[in-house]
Amino acid sequence: MLGIREEIVKERLGLTSNYAAAYAVKTVDVDVIAAYPITPQTTIIEKLAEFVANGELDAEYIPVESEHSALSAVVGASAAGARVFTATAAQGLEFMHEVLHITSGLRLPVVMAVPGRALSAPISIHGDYQDIMNARDAGWIMIIASSAQEVYDSIIMAYRIAEDQRVLLPVMVSYDGFLMSHTTEPVELYHEEYVRKFTPRNLSRYRLDPRKPITVGVIASPDWYYEIKYQAVHALRESKQVIKEVHEEFNKAFGTNYDLVEKYMVDDADYVLITYGGASSGNAKEAARRARERGLRAGVVRIRLFRPFPADELVNAVKDAKIVAVVDRALTPGDVYEGPVFSDVVSALYSRNIEKPVISVVHGISQRTMLADDFYNLYKMLDEYAKTGVYPRSTVFLGLRS
Amino acid sequence: MMRLTWRDLPIGGFVIEPGNARNNLTGTWRTERPVIDQDACIRCRICWMYCPEPAILELNKPYTTRGGKKYDMTYEIDYDHCKGCGICAHECPVKAIKMIPEVGG
Repeated sequence: MLGIREEIVKERLGLTSNYAAAYAVKTVDVDVIAAYPITPQTTIIEKLAEFVANGELDAEYIPVESEHSALSAVVGASAAGARVFTATAAQGLEFMHEVLHITSGLRLPVVMAVPGRALSAPISIHGDYQDIMNARDAGWIMIIASSAQEVYDSIIMAYRIAEDQRVLLPVMVSYDGFLMSHTTEPVELYHEEYVRKFTPRNLSRYRLDPRKPITVGVIASPDWYYEIKYQAVHALRESKQVIKEVHEEFNKAFGTNYDLVEKYMVDDADYVLITYGGASSGNAKEAARRARERGLRAGVVRIRLFRPFPADELVNAVKDAKIVAVVDRALTPGDVYEGPVFSDVVSALYSRNIEKPVISVVHGISQRTMLADDFYNLYKMLDEYAKTGVYPRSTVFLGLRS
Repeated sequence: MMRLTWRDLPIGGFVIEPGNARNNLTGTWRTERPVIDQDACIRCRICWMYCPEPAILELNKPYTTRGGKKYDMTYEIDYDHCKGCGICAHECPVKAIKMIPEVGG
C-alpha cells in the first residue's frame, strides 16, 4: 500500500475541501466549467478561475448569471461531449433544482460539488445537509465525503462513474459546508498521469455533433415518457455495482480503502450510530472510542454512497447491533420522523426482514455545534433504551434549546 | 407503431436517427386544410418562408394561369405534415390560400 502511495503522490498540501475539489477537477482535465458564486462553495470556483487564468487548466470558464444557468450551461456542454464541472450550495442548489432532473433525465455525466448549507428562511450561510437532502429524488448519484482527501478522491472517481457507458448519470459530491469546505487538512495530490489513466474519456456516448446529428431534449408523449424515465431509474439502481467496481479499482490504483459505507468498530457493536459527512462522523467515532473505554460496545457506520442507497451494505453492517440511531443533519418536516436518512435506514431494514429499534436523531442544523460528548451521551441513551426496552417514537432533536 | 419497451429505446429519449420527424404524420392533427388557388398565387414564396413545419412544397412544376401567365414553379401543401395552423393563409399577400374545414357540418 505504502509503495503505491510513494509512487503516485506528487505533493502533500494543506487544503480546504473546496480547494481539494478544485485540484481534482484540474487533474481530470475538464473542458467546461460554468458556475455562480454562493457561500460556502465560492472558493472552489475561485480556485478554478485561477487555474484557468494561469493557463494551468485548459478549459472554457463560463461566468453565468445564476445557478439555474450554471447547470444549464454545463448540460449543454455535456450534451456536446465535453467533460464538465459546476458547484453550488443551499439556495443555489434549490434554484437549479429543475435542471437537476433534466440532467439525470438526459443521462449526462455532469459532476458537481456541493458543500451543504442550511436553507432560508431564516437566512443562514452555515452548514448542514438540508439542501442536499432536498436534491435526493432528482436521479443523481450522490456521494457524501468526510475529509478533504476523500473529496479529492471522490471527484476523481465521480468522473469515472458518471461517464461509464453502463451508468451515464450525473454525480454530486457533497460534504460539510464550512466544517469541511473551509477547514484546512493535509491532502495528498496525485501525479496527473495516474489520474488521467484512471479517468479516460468516454468517446462513444451520444453527443451533439453536426456531422452526425441527433436530437437531445425531446418532448415525450405519455406513450414514451414512462419508459424513458424508467431507464434512468433503472440505471441509478444498477449503478451501485459500477460504483463498487470503481471503488475497488481506485483502491488498488491509489492505495486507498473506500467503500460504499465506512464501518468503524461495528463488528461486535451493540450500539451503532449511522452518520454521514465529516463532523458528525468524526465526532461519533471519537464518542465510540470514549464509550468503549467505559465498557459500552459502540460503533459507527458512515454512509458514503447516499444515492443509490447502499441498503444491503448498511443492513449487513448493523444487523447484529441491539439498537441503532441515525444522526441526520437535515429535516423532513411533516414526515413520520423528521430525519430523512432515518426513513431510508428503516425501509432498508424492514425490506430485509430485520426488526430492531432505530432512533431518529437530528443535530447540527445550521452548524449548531455538535460535541463529541453529545454523541457519547447518545450511546448512553441507547444503552438505557436497550435495558429498559423503552425508546423514543419520535425524532430526538439534539442541541436544541428547549 | 411498434411498441418498444424501456430496454429498446435510446437512453435519455435521444433521437439518434436524424430527420425521422418525416415518419411522424402530423397531418392528422389538422382541423382546417389550407388550399392554394394556383391562379391567384403570385409565387412570392412568403408562405414557404413562414410555414413552421415546413409543409409548403416548392416544386419545379410549370403552371400557366387562366389569364395566360406562365410560372416555372408551383407551391403545394404537404398534407401529411401540415397541422393546419393557418399561418400561410394569414401571411399570403394576395389571399390565395383559403382554410377549408376538414369536417363538414
